[in-house]
Amino acid sequence: MRPAVRALPIAVAALVALALPFVLRALGLDFYLSLASRIVVFGVAATSLNLVLGYGGMVSFGHAAFVGVGAYVTGVMISEGVQSGVAHLAATVAITALVALVIGAISLRTRGVYFIMITLAFAQMLYYLANSVKGYGGDEGLNIRARSLFSLGDRVLDLKDPLAFYYVALAVLVLTLVALARFVPSRFGRAALALRDDDVRAEALGFPVYRSKLVVFVVAGALGGVAGALSVNLQGYVSPNVLHWTQSGTLMVMVILGGVATVWGGLVGAAVLMLMQEVLGAYTEHWEFWTGWVLLAVVLYARQGLVGVVKTLRDRKAGPR
Amino acid sequence: MPGVLILEQALNGLQFGLMLFLLAAGLTLVFGVMDMINLAHGSLYMVGAFVAAWLGALTGSFVLGVLGAVALTAVFGMVLEAGLLRTLYARDHLSQVLATFALILILNDGTKMVFGNDLPLSAPAALAGPVELLPGLIYPAYRLLIIGVGLALAVLLWLLVQKTRMGALVRAGASNREMATAMGTNIPRLFTAVFGIGAALCAVAGALLGPLLAVQVGMGENILILAFVVIVIGGIGSIRGALVGAILVGCIDTLGRTFLQHALRELLPPQWASAAGPAIASIAVYVFMAVVLAIKPQGLFPARG
Repeated sequence: MRPAVRALPIAVAALVALALPFVLRALGLDFYLSLASRIVVFGVAATSLNLVLGYGGMVSFGHAAFVGVGAYVTGVMISEGVQSGVAHLAATVAITALVALVIGAISLRTRGVYFIMITLAFAQMLYYLANSVKGYGGDEGLNIRARSLFSLGDRVLDLKDPLAFYYVALAVLVLTLVALARFVPSRFGRAALALRDDDVRAEALGFPVYRSKLVVFVVAGALGGVAGALSVNLQGYVSPNVLHWTQSGTLMVMVILGGVATVWGGLVGAAVLMLMQEVLGAYTEHWEFWTGWVLLAVVLYARQGLVGVVKTLRDRKAGPR
Repeated sequence: MPGVLILEQALNGLQFGLMLFLLAAGLTLVFGVMDMINLAHGSLYMVGAFVAAWLGALTGSFVLGVLGAVALTAVFGMVLEAGLLRTLYARDHLSQVLATFALILILNDGTKMVFGNDLPLSAPAALAGPVELLPGLIYPAYRLLIIGVGLALAVLLWLLVQKTRMGALVRAGASNREMATAMGTNIPRLFTAVFGIGAALCAVAGALLGPLLAVQVGMGENILILAFVVIVIGGIGSIRGALVGAILVGCIDTLGRTFLQHALRELLPPQWASAAGPAIASIAVYVFMAVVLAIKPQGLFPARG
């Protein structure tokens, strides 16, 4: 019974996500497809941060660095005339993983607030580096005309087409969520949770703490890079602001809002935050003000995030076990 | 490189460093004693600058504007601490990040609602001119005032922390909060006061830097991160560390900007050098922090003993 109860909402969500472009077109709301795409891209980015933050127990305050590096790698390749989406993806994953390996290898030698501050420091370094590369836009950012192209047999999938982009991004998101859901009960996933909760004990039990944390950090960094590659394809633009610390802060806010260490937390947080901006923005130019109050209310009254609220309600409905 | 230029840039570095210290002093105590990450500390700096510009225009006096801003921001900080931040001390760092990030959104947009996106604030006319410090070294009088005020406040703060009962309690809290509480210190009440002083110092920095850097919404966000770098370098919870860290960071940033640009001009095409100079100087600050942490993981002057 229980697996069926859990599977139903997921099936409904998947159907809605698949049918969304057609529903929007039928209603004449095509404009909202780009919002849906943005939510999907930020959903991937926030989920990758949730892997570090929630499952790895590492409070990384520099995750925007990986998203930004990914966006720049793909953006620079496109502006240099490389069109193959496979090449963009391969280079993005390789370079962001390498950057994450270097940053992680150094940062993981520290703990607590020092880890927070040193990941922030690395992100700031990359932010100023992006500001200084005059050849690729400098502080004004880089505009790209073309997008990633994927050839499927004799057809070509161009991410410039909003519909194609939406489904590609959705596929990435689904793969991410499935991988995360499978990771949690896996051997390595359980080991990761064990060392998050008590790394001294995990070390004593023989888990390679440092190496395991580094693996989680690098995988999450590469996934953040993929989100960045998607975002530059969506916006046609990348600027140093993608790497600014307030972007790292926004990603953290999405994860905490949705639910730390929950499979759906990153996506839910991204969707709620961006829909809130959209809805409030329609009524008032001061949407940040009201968003702030909502976030404060979540901190004070919904300590487990929105996914936690849903779980509590569901358990209450299911009655005492 | 002319010696006068070096001296002038060193004074600029000292001036910026002292203002960074005013921000870092409050931040390091809240971080060190309450283990609280307060991202909204930069917003107090912004609020102080806006109130100073508004009161200054209202009264026609720069000094009245600054004094009013200090008083109002201190009250605002204490209300904020007692009303909201206090409930966050016992929470984990993630909750603190979310709550104080939300506060940034609220205070940025709230300031925009009340005052608009920016306000004009200029240095008092009497200090607008330059002063000849040494033969050949001409320096703006207003920047000298900032250095003077910064040094005076640093001494005052040192006396407060080292020589008064309140200072002793704060130091006890920074070194071991549980022990200080067990010995009968009322840490919550102490911290409302500490937070008020920290907010007042933010207002001084905001009001004094306003004429140099422009009073606008979001002005607190970049300087906040520099203040965090300062307290990590200096040792979290240490006022002395904050002072040393702030002056080091101020000098690296300011001197780096000027001299790297000079040096890079020899190596790179001019348009690259003008962009790379400031960027490398900004990066240098973070590299310096990483090096300090690698050598002294607790910062230069660890507070916990």
